[in-house]
Amino acid sequence: MSGAGPRENVFATRMALTNMKLRLKGAETGHSLLAKKRDALATRFRAILKKVDEAKRKMGRVMQLASFSMAEVTYATGDISYLVQEQAKLATFRVKATQENVSGVLLPAFEVDRVSGSDFNLTGLGRGGQQVLRAKEAYAKALETLVELASLQTAFTILDEVIRATNRRVNAIEHVIIPRLDNTIKYIISELDEMDREEFFRQVVACNNCAKVQGKKKRDKQAITEGEANDVQALQVYPTEPQNEPNQEVELPDEPNQETELQDEPNQETGLQDEPNQETEFQDEPNQETKPQEQSDQETEPHDEPEEASVDLLSSRDADIIF
Amino acid sequence: MEGLFFNVNNGFLEGIVRGYKTGILTQSHYASLTQCESLEDLKTQLSATDYGNFLANEPSPLSTATISDRATQILVDQFNFARSNAVEPLGKFLDYITYAYMIDNVVLLITGTLHERDTHELLGRCHPLGVFDTMPALCVATNVEELYHSVLVETPLAPYFRDCFSAADLDDLNIEIIRNTVYKAYLEDFYNFVGTLGSPTLEVMQNILAFEADRRTINITINSFDTDELTKEQRAKLFPAIGRLFPAGNNALAKADDIDQVRQVCDNISEYRSFFEGSTSVSGANHDVGEMGVATQLEDRFFRMEVHLNKQAFMQQFQYGVFYSYMKLKEQEIRNVTWIAECIAQDARDRIQDFIPIF
Repeated sequence: MSGAGPRENVFATRMALTNMKLRLKGAETGHSLLAKKRDALATRFRAILKKVDEAKRKMGRVMQLASFSMAEVTYATGDISYLVQEQAKLATFRVKATQENVSGVLLPAFEVDRVSGSDFNLTGLGRGGQQVLRAKEAYAKALETLVELASLQTAFTILDEVIRATNRRVNAIEHVIIPRLDNTIKYIISELDEMDREEFFRQVVACNNCAKVQGKKKRDKQAITEGEANDVQALQVYPTEPQNEPNQEVELPDEPNQETELQDEPNQETGLQDEPNQETEFQDEPNQETKPQEQSDQETEPHDEPEEASVDLLSSRDADIIF
Repeated sequence: MEGLFFNVNNGFLEGIVRGYKTGILTQSHYASLTQCESLEDLKTQLSATDYGNFLANEPSPLSTATISDRATQILVDQFNFARSNAVEPLGKFLDYITYAYMIDNVVLLITGTLHERDTHELLGRCHPLGVFDTMPALCVATNVEELYHSVLVETPLAPYFRDCFSAADLDDLNIEIIRNTVYKAYLEDFYNFVGTLGSPTLEVMQNILAFEADRRTINITINSFDTDELTKEQRAKLFPAIGRLFPAGNNALAKADDIDQVRQVCDNISEYRSFFEGSTSVSGANHDVGEMGVATQLEDRFFRMEVHLNKQAFMQQFQYGVFYSYMKLKEQEIRNVTWIAECIAQDARDRIQDFIPIF
């Protein structure tokens, strides 16, 4: 029913209704787009997760090899750390950062750029030079693995965050924005209907009043004209007026029915909107019996919604295809 | 004749060193060391050997570097004891042994000076055997020229530096080239010095030093294959002018471009022929990996050869070679222990047998 649940704070006008409908459509399109984005990101995320796992295992092996090659160097030449530190002037191992676009998310990707520098090529010239070279290679490989792992990890965290944000948005649209727009639309429609009926009723009453007044005037005129002719007759005519009034009552019964119908809805509205009323209804046991019916009415409502939603979804899909 | 008076001056120290020698770890020691599960186990096993409780005061998470440091400290103490009790010319002989470490220390300090680092922190990194009185003064020097004039002139290394470089050279030459040039001069000088010591020392020591020289020559050749920093003329200058390869082999090595040429040169010397044996089949299968493998294998074989020669030095009595040999054997032992410790620490059990057993 209209007004159940939160809704936008708008005036119930046809303008607002069109706006709301547009917004609902927009929200549904956005929802499907975001859902697609989420799926794409999730696929990517899982792929990266797998790679991270592999890279971490690989890193364990490679680092072990590297530190062991360092042990070989110490065995052959002793401590060379200081010499290497001092003689290394230019970085031979550089990392380039590039950006990769995965469904609108910019992921940094690190690339290894090795310059074949010869800064400490001569270290261990007299002894253990080969071991030094091997250690250098082993550590370069270890670094490569580290860089790979670093780019994967960064992508992993960024993707994780983005996926969460997207999920939040998808859920927000699905569970908050779309129901709220639906509610608003229903509210506006019901309000408009009510206004229509009120207007109609008012017009009918007005017409009747008008007719009554005109009839009275006519009769007055007649009475005056006839009264001028004979006052006695005029007195006799008056009793006929009450006869007309019952006629009015006969005509009216349709309208009071309408009234009661109309009044039923506002009562329900107020009953649902105003919780204190509900409470009072709860206190009255006979009223409680009517409550379940209302609830069942409410329950039956959602059956209508999915149809509408599906129809709307279909239309939004069409819109997507057009996009 | 030399045996008649040798013990008057040197009998005590020779006895001491031969006593030390029996403390060198044997095959059965290594067998139990390689069974260790952790470094704590290793420590317990080592305490049953001559090392005693040298790690007793170390804080619990032992590092391999600590083990190596402590073991070296024991060796240094032994050496200093011998040095302080030595009578000339044994004293001079022992000094010569320290020159090799001095060269390393000086090169380290020069590197620090060239890069304008605080040289004080480097003093801790210096090898304790190569420490000399004026070494802390090296820290005062701010540029290389000053370093040379005020400090190096006073040291026994001065002739080596003087003959090889001007002060200007020290600035722009690669530090490794300096080190190897100085080391070459040192080896030649040591070789000549043992020549003056007379028969048994001369035979034993010249044998060892010749091998040391050849080893450096081969190593320098192999290690300088792919670098453009070291031209062939420069390379030739780094080869010590002693050894079995000198002069014909050195000349050939100076022009060598790949490991096969080195092999051909070594084939001419019967002692070195075995270095490249068994490596031909490896290099045949995969040339690139093979070459790398040969070179690392070579290093291993050099170590084995060195151990072999130094062990032989103990066969001869009444000569100074035992002191040098003991130092070298003990160094190898420290390397072995460090290697085993490293293998245990890094859980690389398959490589744990790759050390070189001494006895």
